Amino acid sequence: MLTVATGNKAVAAAVRELRPAVIAAYPITPQTEIVEQIAEYVTSSELDSRYIPVESEHSAMAACIGASATGFRTFTATSSQGLLYMHEMVNWAAGARLPIVMANVNRSLAPGWNIWAEHTDAFQERDTGWLQVYVSTVQEAYDTTIMAFRIAEHQDVLLPVMVNLDGFLLSHSMQSLETISLGNFVPPIQLPHAIDTANPAGYGMLTGPDDYFKFRWDIERSMRQSVKVIDETEREFARRFGRKYGVAEAYRYQDADVVVIAMGTLGKEAEVAVDILRKEGMKAGSLRIRWLRPFPILDLAGRDLVVIDRDYSFGFGGVIAESMKAKFRVDPYSVIAGLGGQEVTYDDIAGFIRDRKPGEEHWFGVNGNV
Amino acid sequence: MTKIPKEEYILKSTSACAGCPSSLTLRYVLKAAGPDTVMVVPACCTSVIQGIFPNTAINVPVYNVAFAAAAACASGMSEAFRKAGRKTNVIVYAGDGGTVDIGIQALSGAFERGTDFLYICYDNEAYGNTGMQRSGSTPVGARTTTTPGGKTHAKKDLDAIVAAHNPPYMATACVAYPQDIFRKVEKALSIRGPSFIHVLAPCPPGWRFSSDMTVEIGKLAVRSGMWILYEREYGKVAINAISKASIRKPIPLEEYLAPQGRFKGISRQAVDTLKSQAERMAKRLQLEEAGTC
Repeated sequence: MLTVATGNKAVAAAVRELRPAVIAAYPITPQTEIVEQIAEYVTSSELDSRYIPVESEHSAMAACIGASATGFRTFTATSSQGLLYMHEMVNWAAGARLPIVMANVNRSLAPGWNIWAEHTDAFQERDTGWLQVYVSTVQEAYDTTIMAFRIAEHQDVLLPVMVNLDGFLLSHSMQSLETISLGNFVPPIQLPHAIDTANPAGYGMLTGPDDYFKFRWDIERSMRQSVKVIDETEREFARRFGRKYGVAEAYRYQDADVVVIAMGTLGKEAEVAVDILRKEGMKAGSLRIRWLRPFPILDLAGRDLVVIDRDYSFGFGGVIAESMKAKFRVDPYSVIAGLGGQEVTYDDIAGFIRDRKPGEEHWFGVNGNV
Repeated sequence: MTKIPKEEYILKSTSACAGCPSSLTLRYVLKAAGPDTVMVVPACCTSVIQGIFPNTAINVPVYNVAFAAAAACASGMSEAFRKAGRKTNVIVYAGDGGTVDIGIQALSGAFERGTDFLYICYDNEAYGNTGMQRSGSTPVGARTTTTPGGKTHAKKDLDAIVAAHNPPYMATACVAYPQDIFRKVEKALSIRGPSFIHVLAPCPPGWRFSSDMTVEIGKLAVRSGMWILYEREYGKVAINAISKASIRKPIPLEEYLAPQGRFKGISRQAVDTLKSQAERMAKRLQLEEAGTC
């Protein structure tokens, strides 16, 4: 069915299709619309889930952990300060191998209070063992939320998945949305280590170094296996519903001499910048990274690279630019832009590409020697 | 006399200290709860008592979870079980630190939401697992490793906080009275909604008394009126018989304090504070029981 929705409503609509047994959430701008919509679905019996209106994000994730441990499907959503407040339990969910799906509406971190888009919130959770995906359109938010459940619950993965969408730029933007009839695209959840009173076991108990080490490796092994599962899921989604995204979405990439790399809505905006530059005769292309974890394997050889980070690791650099350097031995022009919702237009992006200085770092809009 | 089942859910050879009140209490908690039970345990001595993976000394599923998260985790578990039409008991078994301090927000949220579960706080009046640091539940005058001169602030009134949420059932208990624990756990689990049991857990290494005296110290706590056994069912308070007698004719408080190394050298002023607290608590409960407050 073709409709019009915001990014937040698209996520809620996807969750309605997946029918989690338990949803626990705490409101935070700009995520609120997701939980309000879900509460509405539950109240009107459109969605037969238990909705737990918890008193904090720490408890939201703790409640999802408790519910998921019993073997049922769970969902939560948060943003920014809320994500950081639940940080302890975010780690716990992955360590406990629970396929929880969470939407995170990317927002900057205080102080000062700033409610606009930035990726630093989710990046602070990138080493927790969660799979992380970043979307750029309302349709992609919907489709990816659906795929997230199938990937998380896959027996070769059994790790939680965080679906990230940019605060306001996407969470509150109205775009067309085609909802789908899922059929059996996401099979019923089967958690092999679900709590079973007929077969009592200790969960998360004291664990010595040798076993602990094995559990850590098992997370990484599953993370590596998830690459294949993501690929299969995207292919199957494309086969059934006609839309495909990939681990990174390439645009006019094949013959490009210079490639701009970005995530979320900036990555989509970059496609317009590429068109502008192509008209000028520059062989430009773009790559929009969707999956941050597992980190994509990219073929970047022989091209000039411009990486836009809507994040920063203080004392280190733009996280994506530095990751590119470390993983692929490239020397990109690193642009830090869009922090705290700073406006970055496609003309600005075209400017970054025109003025690129490989190996240097540029803070967009900051005067002086940085 | 209450008939207590022979089944044991705590297997032999836990890693508890000699004379541990937590494992003794838990033995009777699980006898009352039976096998269709899941325990949620935040960081506390019980995280250790279970043993080390892959062995466990507890024969029901135990879900260990972060310090602040027990009540919230139990909320999710309970909702999932109830959604599936299952009556499985969900029991949080937490120490005082995980309850009155770091876990109080989650506890309050779960009770406000009417979560169908039982929360048991075994209260050894300090952070025992980390070597006896003060908690909000440590009584005034008690020495801990972070109050080497004796605690200067009073014990937090956890029961008043829980009572403010109006749970259908709440009770106090003491490790020295296992039949009473058994009965109260059975009662709590028979009632739908959130229930709460606060168990006094005299801790030999923490309170510095000999490990064969756990039960004795528990009895002295009750007989001196420092710990009052009562129940509050749908708002109606009933002081248990033994505490009624103890309130009428308490043994001298000093008999409870003297065997405990943690109270060695306690000031007269701190003893007076403890006494007046005990009297105030007894008075309040008597008035509540009489329905005049």
